[in-house]
Amino acid sequence: MWRDALLIAAKDLKIELRSKVTMNQILPFAFVVLIVFAFALDTSPGTLAKVAPGLFWLAVLFSSVFGVDRAVAIETNDSAGEGLLAYGVDPGGIFLGKVISVFVQLFLLEIFLLLGVVVLYGPKIGGLPLMAISAFFATLGLCAAGVTYSQLASASRAKQTLLPLLLVPVASPVLLAGTKAWQDAFSTAASLGDPWLRLLIVFAVVYLALGAIFFGSILEG
Amino acid sequence: MESKGYRWSRRAVGFVALLLVAATVVLGLWITPPDVVQGQLVRLIYVHPPVAWVAYLAYGVTSICSVLYLWKRTRNLKWDLLAASSAEVGVIFTGLTLITGSIWGRPAWGVWWTWDARLTTTALLFVLYLGYLALRRVPADNHQRAVRSAIAGLIAFIDVPIVHQSVVWWRTLHQSATVLNATLSPKIHGEMAMTLLLGFIAFTFVYVWMLMHRYQIADMEQSVLDVELEQLIEERQREPETYSDQTVLTQDVDQIDQPSKV
Repeated sequence: MWRDALLIAAKDLKIELRSKVTMNQILPFAFVVLIVFAFALDTSPGTLAKVAPGLFWLAVLFSSVFGVDRAVAIETNDSAGEGLLAYGVDPGGIFLGKVISVFVQLFLLEIFLLLGVVVLYGPKIGGLPLMAISAFFATLGLCAAGVTYSQLASASRAKQTLLPLLLVPVASPVLLAGTKAWQDAFSTAASLGDPWLRLLIVFAVVYLALGAIFFGSILEG
Repeated sequence: MESKGYRWSRRAVGFVALLLVAATVVLGLWITPPDVVQGQLVRLIYVHPPVAWVAYLAYGVTSICSVLYLWKRTRNLKWDLLAASSAEVGVIFTGLTLITGSIWGRPAWGVWWTWDARLTTTALLFVLYLGYLALRRVPADNHQRAVRSAIAGLIAFIDVPIVHQSVVWWRTLHQSATVLNATLSPKIHGEMAMTLLLGFIAFTFVYVWMLMHRYQIADMEQSVLDVELEQLIEERQREPETYSDQTVLTQDVDQIDQPSKV
């Protein structure tokens, strides 16, 4: 399964390297979201710095919807996924491969986005270990839930509208816990025993397990 | 087709539900006294918690039916239809929970909405199952739709405790559980407690009655689809006598074989 997962991830990342959809479309979109948030809120530095973690994770959540949609669309277009199954590729491997590929792209996007947040909102960054580990598990959870739901919605002609409706409520704990973990990280009370980090770990583990169990049934169903 | 036994049991459940709701209305509006602190507002307690309970019960039933469909030994399309029917009733009751909660919240808290843990969870639950119902409307064959819906229903149910825990940590203002608290000792007494209990039973019967109705409709819709499909297959089977696919094919092949004049 792991071998299949790595093959699928490498294939998807190669497609991204050639097509550059995440870099050319999703990343600029995330930046636009950061800018328009400032229009909606008070632009004084204090306000934006205070809400920076929440806005960052909201931008990541929106971007993840596009990311997982794209990852699954690669296989659903021209029924490529059925071809993979016919070749005997493990469905759990396909799921994990998709998760790894979207995870790598989203994590890189988050690094660029964080730079944007620092420049535009000016928060006082701190607690880097907690920030990094919570971002790792938050992204993993988002990718696992996102790939599962994206595959569920893939049969729909209106998947662009169905996917956010399915994914955003499910992923709301990630948004909340990611925001709170980063707020804790920015404060002086940053510790790796943060309860929000535990919630992010639970979410990631639960959705990785659910995705690995059910992905085959969704593909074949 | 609906069996006679099913029809009569549905009617009996409906009749009992009507009687119990009527009894709850009489007890809740006229017999029970107003509360010392909340006054007449307390009467909403005979509706709001029972409605919320039914919403959770409905989603529980959806999850159980989803598991029964996913498990190959018990796989039957009836479980899928029951899961869908229960989710639909659940969404209606979740909506009612939000509405009755807001009606109570305005005079009690001074606002229609507050970012309390249970309110937020309920609102997310409402959207979560609206998504489930939207997913069900995606055109697919019966089995494909049933598998996808069952997985979505199950994941949604598993997500509920995670969502709830996250919003509980976020903030909690809501009144703590009155009857089902940790020690299981009700904090209200006498006829008020009896009326509340009656409300729970009455709305549970209403749920069962609505579920039976909705399931019946879903079953009939499925039967109509099956009949239509059979008719289409029959029509298609008769087609070769009128249409000659072979002739068209032969003509195409002839055209290909002929050398191009261009």
